[in-house]
Amino acid sequence: MEQILANGIYLGAQYAMIALGLTLIFALMNVLNFAHGQMYVLGGFVTYTFYGQLGWPFVLALLASCITLAVLGALIERFLFAPVIRRSSREESTMLLAAGLAFLFDAIILLVFGEKQRGVPKIVDGVFNWDFRLIMPYDRILICILAILSIVSFILFMQYSKTGRALRALAQDRTAAQLMGVNVARYSMIGFALGAMLAGLVGGLLVTITGVNLGMGGPTSIKAFMMVMIGGAGVISGAIAGGIILGFLEAIGLAVLSQYGDITYLLIFVSLMIFLAIRPQGLMGKPWG
Amino acid sequence: MKRRNLMKSSAALALAASVLGSAAWAENPVLKIGFVGVTSGPAAAWGISNQRSMEARADWINEAGGYKIGDTTYDIEIVSFDDQKDPKRAIAGMEKMAQEGIHYVVGPNVDDGAAAVRPVAEAQGIMYFPYAFPKELYTAPASNAVLGMVANYQSGPAIYKYLKDEKGVTSVAFVAANESDPLSQRDGGVEAAKSLGLEVVSDNVTYQVDTTDFTPVLTPVMRTQPDLLVLSGVSPANAPQLIRSARELGFQGLISTETAQDATVLREGAGDLANGFISVGGASTPEIASDDMKEFVKRYTDMFGEYNDESNTKVYALEYILATLNANPAGIEDVTAFQTTMDTFEAPNPFMKGNAKMRYVGSTSFGQKRQIAVPLVVNVYQDGAFETLFVAEVD
Repeated sequence: MEQILANGIYLGAQYAMIALGLTLIFALMNVLNFAHGQMYVLGGFVTYTFYGQLGWPFVLALLASCITLAVLGALIERFLFAPVIRRSSREESTMLLAAGLAFLFDAIILLVFGEKQRGVPKIVDGVFNWDFRLIMPYDRILICILAILSIVSFILFMQYSKTGRALRALAQDRTAAQLMGVNVARYSMIGFALGAMLAGLVGGLLVTITGVNLGMGGPTSIKAFMMVMIGGAGVISGAIAGGIILGFLEAIGLAVLSQYGDITYLLIFVSLMIFLAIRPQGLMGKPWG
Repeated sequence: MKRRNLMKSSAALALAASVLGSAAWAENPVLKIGFVGVTSGPAAAWGISNQRSMEARADWINEAGGYKIGDTTYDIEIVSFDDQKDPKRAIAGMEKMAQEGIHYVVGPNVDDGAAAVRPVAEAQGIMYFPYAFPKELYTAPASNAVLGMVANYQSGPAIYKYLKDEKGVTSVAFVAANESDPLSQRDGGVEAAKSLGLEVVSDNVTYQVDTTDFTPVLTPVMRTQPDLLVLSGVSPANAPQLIRSARELGFQGLISTETAQDATVLREGAGDLANGFISVGGASTPEIASDDMKEFVKRYTDMFGEYNDESNTKVYALEYILATLNANPAGIEDVTAFQTTMDTFEAPNPFMKGNAKMRYVGSTSFGQKRQIAVPLVVNVYQDGAFETLFVAEVD
């Protein structure tokens, strides 16, 4: 039981972080960013390059991931999404753009970083072992704490900073926010950059545990969408709840159902379908969007 | 006037360049060899190492003036198709090869893709060299598939027997991704282990192919305390994470797989925790690599920036195709002639030291020669490189 709880907290924290950026972008711009997983992978590769290859301190490499992805996110919003949203009211236009970006990122990652799985040296050695009832490597504990701290920092930023308040206003009602003097174009760009930065941050954190390869983007996006659907699209607290729920479902399923083969995700998907049939807006979403 | 002269000169230059270029290009007729496999997504490393091996070898051949088959010297062109590990795409890829008049294709990389393309290949007269293990692909009445590597049911028993005899292994646990290839390899491994008298303490733990954190997956396996943990059909992307998780969970036994791995990936992903990891390799360990193999590795590295150890196995398929065509040039247009030649074909193996031969095998496993004789090289990873544990042959 202790092991399941620890695995659930660890998986939940990392999943929540992955979902946060996706739901932030959706809340602000109504864009389903299919390239979110690829942004996560890019963040991992930036940390791999600076920390694993060039020998920078891990914190600086992580910072480089955040900055790179934030700049990339801002540029993507400014030069791709903003013009498309301005010219087309059809939601599928941005969806297609996001899907195209995902393919583009995959191709760039293949060209720049190659096809191989990449990994970096551990940031902390050693394993916490409580009488074989609870085993958790120290680096996982550290990453879990960093992920939780990042989530708390993000919530505080959104709650109390001027930028955070503007972003929340934008998410609640774009027109009303504009009438209240919020520079919609500027804060949309900042919001997209923040969402991309979160993807880069979690990619950089997790590369120390899971490594990174070019194929991780698509599956990561799918998991992020699942978390957002569980919690409610466009709701920050919903993304966190969705991440934690998925993390615990996975931890419990892998521990309890392992003797029946790989049915954990089968059951999770079936449960999700039933759940969405009953509550399509997710736990914390609003039925009207 | 000057302007008109300049235009004339430019036109003449362009024409000359065009004629000379065509002449140079047309020096040798082109022999197209296809590749249909996965070069995108999580398993991209498998197909990309195939494709790049073929391209590096073709480039080398072309640079040397071409490949002589009968009285004609050909330039080799590799035509590639990414099947995205999707059987429907693999069929489309094989149909594309047929439309281009290609009779020899390397790939696909996985079981379901290889099975899916069989009707197209047999109907269109294409010999294909999959990296997939189902025996029905190579057993009569199947005729056009040639296994491009050593199958797990051939390497597994050899590895388990070695570990039983040399390391005192008595119990074994299997873990596999929830996909057709790894699952079938796991089932074959379980059967082989049981027939050797080993106790199988866990064989039902599987994981999603996109899993990135294996600690929860391996926790129940570790409780069974096996002497040997077999990572059935593990992809190079997952192997270091699985090894790392197992060691961090306190596992001190042996870990092995029957798939080819890459030393750099293991070093980066698992570091010293990967020491002692046993896998199947090809021909580039220093003990057995010939000068040609070293040259191939150098050229591959120059072309693509980094070598992939999986290519130690994948360097062979193109070489076999060309050497067999050389033995019987009629095979260029007639795969039946190629098939006939396979029964008696033998040529020096350029990638291994000594008197190693290229020949077709598989009589024991498939009842007909539908496998290339890649050396069964069992490697052990140690401090960033593979060392040869033992070398065997498949019949």
